[in-house]
Amino acid sequence: MADLSINCGGIKSPNPFWLASAPPSNTAYQNCKAFEQGWGGTVWKTIGEPVMNVCNRYGGFDLNGVKLAGLNNIELISDRHIDTNFKEIAETKKLWPDRAVIVSLMVESKKETWQDIVKRTVDTGCDGIELNYGCPHGMSERGMGAAVGQVPEYCKMITEWVTEVSTIPVLVKLTPNVTDIIYPARAAKQANADGLSLINTINSIIGIDLDTLEIQPSVAGKGSHGGYAGPAVKPIALHLVSQVVRDPEVGLPISGIGGINNWKDALEFILLGATSVQVCTAVMHYGFRIVEDMIDGLSNWMDEKGFKTLDEVRGKSLQRIDDFGNFNLLHKTTARIDQDKCIHCNLCYVACEDGAHQCIDLIPVNGHNKTVVREEDCVGCDLCAIVCPVEGCITMERKDDSSETKTWNELVSQFKDEDKELTWENLAEFQKKHGIVIH
Amino acid sequence: MKNIANKLTNEEYEKNFAELHPPLTKNSAVAEANRCLYCYDSPCMKACPTHIDISTFIKKIATDNLLGSAKTIFYSNWVPLTCAKACPVEELCEGACVYVEKGEKPIEIGRLQGFVIENYFNSDLPRLFTQKDKNGKSVGIIGSGPAGLACGAELSLLGYNVKIYESNKVPGGLNTWGIAPYKLRQADSLKEVDFIKSLGVEISTGVRVGKTISIEEIYNIHDAVFIGIGLGDATKLRIPGEELTGVVNALDFIEEVKNEKWSDVNVGKRVAVIGAGNTSIDAVTEAKRLGAEQVYIIYRRGIDDMSAYDFEYEIAKSDEVIFLFETMPKRIIGEKFVEGIECVKVELGERNEKGKREINVVPNSEFILPVDMVIKAVGQNINNNFLNDVEGIKIEKGKVVVDSETYQTGNNKIFAGGDCINGGQEVVNAAYDGKMAAHGIDNFLLEKS
Repeated sequence: MADLSINCGGIKSPNPFWLASAPPSNTAYQNCKAFEQGWGGTVWKTIGEPVMNVCNRYGGFDLNGVKLAGLNNIELISDRHIDTNFKEIAETKKLWPDRAVIVSLMVESKKETWQDIVKRTVDTGCDGIELNYGCPHGMSERGMGAAVGQVPEYCKMITEWVTEVSTIPVLVKLTPNVTDIIYPARAAKQANADGLSLINTINSIIGIDLDTLEIQPSVAGKGSHGGYAGPAVKPIALHLVSQVVRDPEVGLPISGIGGINNWKDALEFILLGATSVQVCTAVMHYGFRIVEDMIDGLSNWMDEKGFKTLDEVRGKSLQRIDDFGNFNLLHKTTARIDQDKCIHCNLCYVACEDGAHQCIDLIPVNGHNKTVVREEDCVGCDLCAIVCPVEGCITMERKDDSSETKTWNELVSQFKDEDKELTWENLAEFQKKHGIVIH
Repeated sequence: MKNIANKLTNEEYEKNFAELHPPLTKNSAVAEANRCLYCYDSPCMKACPTHIDISTFIKKIATDNLLGSAKTIFYSNWVPLTCAKACPVEELCEGACVYVEKGEKPIEIGRLQGFVIENYFNSDLPRLFTQKDKNGKSVGIIGSGPAGLACGAELSLLGYNVKIYESNKVPGGLNTWGIAPYKLRQADSLKEVDFIKSLGVEISTGVRVGKTISIEEIYNIHDAVFIGIGLGDATKLRIPGEELTGVVNALDFIEEVKNEKWSDVNVGKRVAVIGAGNTSIDAVTEAKRLGAEQVYIIYRRGIDDMSAYDFEYEIAKSDEVIFLFETMPKRIIGEKFVEGIECVKVELGERNEKGKREINVVPNSEFILPVDMVIKAVGQNINNNFLNDVEGIKIEKGKVVVDSETYQTGNNKIFAGGDCINGGQEVVNAAYDGKMAAHGIDNFLLEKS
């Protein structure tokens, strides 16, 4: 079995799977139960200012019968007494010395208040602190959470207060509700944070009850924006993680968060540079037991691929990310339909015909339709392949022999060298030379 | 009957006649609907004789637009509840589902359709279609089976006054009287009849054309006539003993069962059904479910030759029906009551060009099967008493001859559809005929005016 242990900014855990700061990590009972089932770490549900929660707190986004493709919430930080939390954190850490116990904090933006809570947190014996600059609802209106994360200067200032007094690693949790996540990430770096956690939840209205016309979740008829999480946010989270990781000025370990449901999701975050991953919605849906397959699946994959440690895996796909301008314009693929596998649902046809580039013909044969790609017209968009419900039925076949490459950036500079303007006509000449037909 | 099977308890009857495919709950219907791939130009739609836009009605279940779903179904088929429950879906829509080709379980189209229509019938029946203004013309329809109902509903929406003449006291034809109760209860068929009546179709029951009213009279009252009389008399076995007490026609027996007064129906302790079509299976399983102890199917050809669908054969086998293939009845034995049936084994020769095999009696292979009841299910013939008198109508091979597109008979004012033109097919075929004939009639009367 592969070694799954990690060290995320000085916080060590036997595997990369942490509970995110959220309802599943609310109590000692829950965190201890999670550790029993194999979780490598926990980020204790945010403690700090006195708050009160409301009923109802969660809204589910169901997709074609699949429950909780997304989940939003208007729950606040821990509403249990702060002393209870501190006591339970200390007890939990004592019981589970090999697991990572990180405590999420959020208080009003006063230096003394922050430094006081940091010291009390360090006294619990926990392994690290996570600064909640992301909570997009309820707390932000009180000048905390996302209200801090959205302003790099505040982010830097408060992080400095914390790192000044903290003797344990400090992670800064970033909100995605910004135009460019790089700036708060750099601010955290400048303030000597040890790592970053991202993403926090995304501002959302999850839906409307079409009978009562109430916003969901409804609090006695009233609703609000909430924080959106769950499988549907993963692509956004993956992108933001990659953006932060690739920024040369940030250079901090990352705890990846956002829609992680299983080991494959987790692995994608790790391949884009995350050291640990945090999970909430999947646990809220299915319970702590999901970690068993996460550990098992990741370990099996690593064994199969010959990776011994996660250090060997981390960031492996980063080199695959590049700018559009560096893509080879002469790379040519066309769709190929395996007629033996085709079940005649014709979804590729209608997708291509109505939604893409009209390159598939529907030819009646023996009472059903045969879908045939007109290769000369196929632009290689791959929509047909992704809508096909049969695995391996539609494949994108490479048509160029990779002997020639020309990127957009190269083309533009070539035009410059040849003293040519970037015009439709000049572009058409290039396309014609390389047999590229636009229809 | 000499030996009448013991009566069962009410609980036993209800268990025996409980629906094979009980209705889906909303949750399970939505889950199944979400499984549908929403194929384009879908094979299921093509396989349905009425061409219901199946993937569209199923997607509407998934989007919680059940009214729109019902409308999509009724747009193509006026007896969709009967079809949902009585159609051989394995042979039609579900058999064509792309999941079958994918090696997975097909979408339960029949049950989803039943769910949508039952949901609609349980609502306050909001109007689904706008009716054209009355055009002052009237059409008389003979027979209130699926063909007649479909023709009537369609014509009523097109603005015609429609009157259906039905010989039975309870309308619906074979939908009401001819489908095994564990597939479709009479009440479901009558809901469909009531719905069609709500579209303005008048149904006059207990009126037998040729007796209560003459065909001339109907011909003269109406601008056009549609004949949807189905088939009539059961084909005779033409063997000695056919007149004995205890020999019944399958459809008469099934009709008696359809009253759903289970304990009133007498069945023999041992019952032989002659023939191996789908009606034979209904009859034999119903006899078993009413309490018969031993039930047989006697069929002169082989297992590959029987017209019963595979799933019907499976039902029969699970009801412990004993199949005697390559066995021909020779005579029914008994003084007054049936006491047994003498059969002879046959050998089947090579298939001829029509696929039929020659039947050769095996000498000295006679044997007597002791039974108390014989149910004849070897087909039906068209009941053409009154049709013989109508000028222009041609009957060939027991079928009324019609134009394949307009459903017009040789008499241009008379149209026909359903079993009487096809020799006996499914409800869904009759429903399609009736609907298409309505358009044939409409075009004919429009041209005339």
